[in-house]
Amino acid sequence: MIAAHLPALQVVVPLILAPICIIFRSATVGWVLMLAGSWSALAIALAILEQVTTGGTIVYALGDWAAPWGIEYRIDTLGAFVLVIVSAIAAVVSLYVKTSIEHEIPPVRRYLFHCMMLLCLSGLLGMTVTGDAFNLFVFLEISSLSTYVLISFGRDRRSLTAAYRYLIMGTVGATFYVIGVGMMYMMTGTLNMADLAAKVPEVADTRTIQAALAFLTVGLALKVAMFPLHLWLPNAYCYAPSAVTVFLAATATKVAIYAFIRVVFTVFGGVEVFEAFNVQGLLMVLAIAGMFAGSAVAIYQTNVKRLMAYSSVAQIGYMMLGISFGSVTGLAGGIIHLFNHAVTKGGIFMALGCIAYRLGSVNLDDMAGIGKKMPATMLAVVIGGLSLIGVPLTAGFISKWYLIRAALESDAWPIALLVLLSSLLAVIYVWRIVETAYFRQPSRVVEEMEPAPLSLLVPTYILIGAAVYFGIDATTTIDVAIAAAEGLLGAKP
Amino acid sequence: MDPILHLSEDFPGLFNYWVVVVLMMIGFYIVIAHDNLVKKIVGLNVFQVAVFVFYISMAKIKGGTAPILDSSITVYSNPLPHVLILTAIVVGVATTALGLALVVRIQRAYGTIEEDEIAAQEDDA
Repeated sequence: MIAAHLPALQVVVPLILAPICIIFRSATVGWVLMLAGSWSALAIALAILEQVTTGGTIVYALGDWAAPWGIEYRIDTLGAFVLVIVSAIAAVVSLYVKTSIEHEIPPVRRYLFHCMMLLCLSGLLGMTVTGDAFNLFVFLEISSLSTYVLISFGRDRRSLTAAYRYLIMGTVGATFYVIGVGMMYMMTGTLNMADLAAKVPEVADTRTIQAALAFLTVGLALKVAMFPLHLWLPNAYCYAPSAVTVFLAATATKVAIYAFIRVVFTVFGGVEVFEAFNVQGLLMVLAIAGMFAGSAVAIYQTNVKRLMAYSSVAQIGYMMLGISFGSVTGLAGGIIHLFNHAVTKGGIFMALGCIAYRLGSVNLDDMAGIGKKMPATMLAVVIGGLSLIGVPLTAGFISKWYLIRAALESDAWPIALLVLLSSLLAVIYVWRIVETAYFRQPSRVVEEMEPAPLSLLVPTYILIGAAVYFGIDATTTIDVAIAAAEGLLGAKP
Repeated sequence: MDPILHLSEDFPGLFNYWVVVVLMMIGFYIVIAHDNLVKKIVGLNVFQVAVFVFYISMAKIKGGTAPILDSSITVYSNPLPHVLILTAIVVGVATTALGLALVVRIQRAYGTIEEDEIAAQEDDA
C-alpha cells in the first residue's frame, strides 16, 4: 500500500516537516525534524532505487489524475540515482549541521534555518521525481528561494549580496525556463515530458521549438552554473554557512544538471538535438573552457572555500563535457562524475567547515601549519583533493577514466588530452593547500588550536570515505550510471 | 489590399507578442543596467510580467469565453496556461518579497543600496 505511494512521499515528507519547524520555533525540534526528514527521504529513495532496478520505470499519477492532464511523477534509473545522491547528502549534512552552525547562526534563527533546509531538500527531490515540465519549474523555485535564504544566513555581510545576486540570476534563469516551457506548450499543447517527447519531433523544425530549446538551455545552464554563467556561484559558496555550502555544492547544481539531461535527452529525445541544432559543439567548447577557466582562477584564490567553488565550476565542466559526447560512455561518465563530485566536494567542504569551526576563517594564510594541529581534518582535504585531481584509487579517477574513454571512442583524442591537462591545473591548487598546511610554520593562533570535534569529523569521513570506496569498488555506481545512460539514449527511436 | 486596412483586420494579431518582447527587454535591461538594488527587483518584475502576458495571450481565443460546460458555449479559451500563470505570479510575489527583504538587510549592513558603492566597500575589506 505505502510502497505504491513512495514517489509522492519522497517529496511530501520533507515538505510537511518544514512548516512544523515554524510551529515549534525551537532549534532542537527543528534539528530533529531535519534528521527525520532527510533520513526518511534517504530510506524512501533507496526503496525507490530498488523498485526501479527490479521493476523498471515508476509512473505515479498524482491524485489519480491520468497523465497528460494530471501531473505525473516518473522515476527512471537516473532519477532514482539522483534521488539517492540528494537524500544521502542531506542525511549526512543533517548529522553535521548541529555542531557546524553553533558559531555561525544565532540560536533564535536556527529553527528557520532547519525549515529552509527541509524546503530546499523537498524542492530538489521534487525536481528529480517530476515528469511534468511546469511542475519542474515550481520545484525549481521552491529549492531556489530557500537556497537564497540559506546563503544569506552566512556570518559575513557579503553573504547578503551573494544571496541577492544569486536571486537575480537564478530568477532570470528560472523565467527563461518558463518561457521555453510556454513555447513548447504553444506548439504541442502538453506539459507532460513523456507526451512532449512524442509530440516535439513533428514540430521540431519550427522556429518556436528551436527558440524554446535555446531558452530552456540558457535558463538551466544558469542554475547549473555552467561557464560562463557561473558568476553567482563563487560568492554564494564562499559566504554561505559551512553546512549550506556542503549541501549546495553536492546537490543543487547536480539536480540542475539532471534537469538539463531530462530536457535534452527526454523531452527532445526524439530529435537529434546534438546534430540538428549543433548543441554539441557549443556545449563541448563551453565545458572545456569552464574546465580550464575554473581551475585557472582557482589557483589564484586566497580563500580556500572560494578556491573550491571555482574548482566546482571546472568540475561542472567535466560533467557537461560527458553529456556533450551524446554517447553511452560519455553520458555515463557525466553521471558517474555527478555522483563522485558530490561526495568528494561535499567531503572537502565539510572538512573546511571543521577548520572554520575552530579557526573562524578559511583563508590560506591563516591556515599555515594547520596540518599538524588538525591532522584528521587536513587528511580529509588532501584525500578529497586527490579525488579532484583524479588520482587512481579515488572516485575522481573513475569519472575521468570514463570521460577519456568516451573521448577516445568518438576519436576526439585532443579532448582526452585536454581532460588530462586540466587535471594538472587541479594539482597546482591542491598543492598550494598542502604546502601551506604542512610545510609552513604555524601561527600562534594555529598553535593553540584543538582538533575538530567528532560530531563534525564523522560526517566528513562518511563522505570522504565514500569518495575512496567508490574509487576502489566502482561497480555499483558504474552499473547504475551505464543503465541510466542506456535508458536515456534508448528513448531515441 | 490596402496595408492599413489589412492591419486593422488582423488586429490585434501579433500585437500582444510584440508587447511581450518589448516589456521583456525593458525589464531585462533594468536588471542589467541599473545599480540600484530596488530598481533591479522592479526590472525583474517587469521581466516576469512579460512572461505572464505571453502565457495569457497564447491561451486566449478571439471571441472565446470561460470554459463553462453549457450548450450555448462553443468557443472557449484554454484555462490551463491561465492557471499556470496563477502559480507563476505566486512564485514572482515570493521572489519579490525575498529580494526586497534582502535589500533591507543589505541597507542595514552596508548603509547603501547602490551596487557600485557596495562593491567599493567590499573591495576595501
